[in-house]
Order: sequence, then structure tokens, then C-alpha cells
Amino acid sequence: MFDWRWEFVWQITPRLVEATGRTILAALLGYGIAMVLGLFFALAQRTRFKLVNKPIREFVEFIRSTPLILQIFFVFYVGPQFGVMLSPWPAGMIAIGLHYASYLSEVYRGGIDSVPKGQWEAATSLSLSPTRTYYRVIIPQAIPPAFAGMGNYLVGIFKDTPMLSVIGVAELMHTANSIGSEHYRFLEPYTMVGVIFLLISLPTAAVLRKAEVKIRRKMGLR
Amino acid sequence: MEFLVFLKDHGPELIRGSLTTIELTMLSAALAIIIAVIAGLMRLSTNRLVYGPATVYVEIFRGTSLLVQIYWIFFVLPLFGLTLEKFTAGFIAVGMNLGAYGAELVRGGIQSVPKGQWEAATALSMSPAIRMRRIIFPQALLNMLPPWGNLLIELLKGTALVALISVSDLMFMAKKINSTTYLSAQVFGIALVLYYLMSRGLITPFMRWLERLMARKVGKRL
Repeated sequence: MFDWRWEFVWQITPRLVEATGRTILAALLGYGIAMVLGLFFALAQRTRFKLVNKPIREFVEFIRSTPLILQIFFVFYVGPQFGVMLSPWPAGMIAIGLHYASYLSEVYRGGIDSVPKGQWEAATSLSLSPTRTYYRVIIPQAIPPAFAGMGNYLVGIFKDTPMLSVIGVAELMHTANSIGSEHYRFLEPYTMVGVIFLLISLPTAAVLRKAEVKIRRKMGLR
Repeated sequence: MEFLVFLKDHGPELIRGSLTTIELTMLSAALAIIIAVIAGLMRLSTNRLVYGPATVYVEIFRGTSLLVQIYWIFFVLPLFGLTLEKFTAGFIAVGMNLGAYGAELVRGGIQSVPKGQWEAATALSMSPAIRMRRIIFPQALLNMLPPWGNLLIELLKGTALVALISVSDLMFMAKKINSTTYLSAQVFGIALVLYYLMSRGLITPFMRWLERLMARKVGKRL
């Protein structure tokens, strides 16, 4: 049998726990950026100005069909070529935030499109301003259908944070790599990283599923 | 002018990398499809011994990061006496990861076939195997082709991660050229465009063609 050393596991646990905190922080920060930027992308695609909606549409498509890891390298290395030095954290947050913003913009679009046309017409006939129409009528109804997709991408961004290790963000994978090369043992650190991911992503997904049911009920949908 | 010189110097390497990426994508797609069909069908069983293992597989591979899985298969499996060559380890990891997502698509696709189809097939005294092969699966396939198109693009993007275990794919070549020339914008920019062309120029049209083909076939049978 292979040799799994429990004392080594206990020895490296504190470092991995600390790195887990940074991984969660990276995921939440990235998701925050993605949520705001994604809304901007989604609304920009709904404007009638072809000079705005067409380029944004193409940009979102481009981001969605190219690898995140390459985008991370792009953001990190292209800056210095033009004299803008970005340290790993900001570069990583920009790349991962932008990537997930394009995913979330699609989720938002789907949510907004699922609001029946009559709702828009009713808001217009009550002479609500566009802002009030969005805030009070459309967005509250767009949230329940978008919630499932948003939840999936929250778990998704968490699982993509290991890619930030390539530019030196000291999250879980990066920490596991350095532990591995310090002690010449990869079995325990890599396995533990896998287990930590499972321990966080499975319960999160379950909680999100329950929340979705609750939100639907609150909104009077099914 | 400078850009043309750059292309002349490094174009061949980038093309070789792209070919490796395409090869990886096709191999892992084949693996992912086989695994997805098997695990998806197993998940539908009512026998715990059949759906149990499939559920564990799907949850583990969907609950952790692809990058963690690649590292684990490449660095940890050898400790169990199973040493894989990096290219093999890479495509197996990507195939198994996307296979888990695909299994859920297969399961959902089969469940979406109306109950009457099952009953009609049973009424014609078809055996369960023939019912699945001739009646249920073709219709399920038609339902799940659009999400499979997205999944294949995710798969193509996923193959970029095997560059981190030094498989010389497009990502790896881009990184290598960047480290010798420092022309980050050019090299990463070209790589991004190449990935974009592969997903929108190869995968998307192929899937559209397949969807039309399947629609015709199922239409004839109905």
C-alpha cells in the first residue's frame, strides 16, 4: 500500500486552512466584480445603439470561448509591456472577474428575457420611469429564474481559483505546490486540496438549491 | 512589419501547439462522451450498487477543480504504481472531468423524454435495451445536443490547463514564446484568437450540423 502519513497531514493543516481562507476571499472578490460588471454587460447588450451592443456582445462571446488560464496570463503579462505593473492579486481578480462577468451577463440576460412582455407594457402604461421599471418590476422577477445559474457560477468561480496559482496568488493550490516541493511529498497536500474543495463546494451547492426553492416560493412562483 | 517577423519566427510553434490542442480536445471529448453515457445511464438505475458509484464519480469530479484533478492524476497516481505519460494523464483528466458534467446532461436528456414514449415502447413489447437504443436515446440525444455544444467548448478551454504539466499544447507554446521574447500582448493575443477560432469556427458549426442531422433522423423515425 502507499504510505499516507497522518503526522504530515496534521503538520500542514494550519497552512492549508489559512490558504483556504484566501481561496474563499479570492472567489468572493472575483464574484463581486463579476456580478457588477456582468450587469453592465447585460444592460449594455440591451441598448439600441449598435455601436455599444454589438462590440459588447462580441467581447462577451470572445471571453466565454477562450480559456481563463490564458486570460490570467494575458492580464498579468501584458500590463508591464505597456508600463502598467499589476501584482498577482489585482491581475487575478481582473481576469477571473471579467471571465465570470461574461458568464453572469448571460444569466442576467436569460433572467430579464424570461420576464413576460406584459410586465414591460404594464409598467409603461403606469408611466413608470425606465429606472423604476427595472428596479421595481423587472429585476425582482428576473432574479428567481437567474438564481440557479448565479449559484452554479459561484461554485464555479470557487473551483477556478486554483488557476490563480500560476501567477503566484497564494491560494490553496499554490500553497499545496510549495508544501509539496519543500517536503518532496505531493500525496497528502494534493489529496487534501481535493477534499477541501469537496467539503466546501458540495454543501454550498446544496444550500444554494434550498435557497432557490425558498426564493421561488417567496416570489409566489411555484 | 515587426508583427510579421514575429509571426514568421513563432507561427510554426503556435500551429504545432494548436494541433496538439485539437488532438487533446478530440481524445478527451471521445473519453468524456463514453463516460458520460455510461455514468448517465447508471445514475438512472434504481439499484444502489449501480447508481451509487456513478453518483460518487459525478460528485467528486464536479465538486473539485479540474486543475486539482490534473495534478492529482499526474503527480499522485504514480505513488499507487500507475504512472501515466503527461499527454495521457492530461487528456484522461480533462475527459473524466467533463464526462462528469456530461453524465448529468445524459441523465437530464433521458428524463426529458415524455413518459408516453416509454409506455408506447413497452406496449409494443420492446425489450428495455431496444427501447433505450431505438426510442428513448435518439430523442434524448436531440434534446441534449445544444448543451453538449457548450460542454465541448468548456472541454477545449479545459485542455489549456494541461500546459501546467508541460504538455506542449497551444497554451504551453504561448507561455514558452512569452518567456523568451517578452512580447506578451502579441503571443497571448494570438493564442486567444486561435482558441476563439477553434471554439467558434470548429466546434460551434460542427454542433449545429450535428443538431440538424439528428433532427432529420429523429424526424424520420417519429
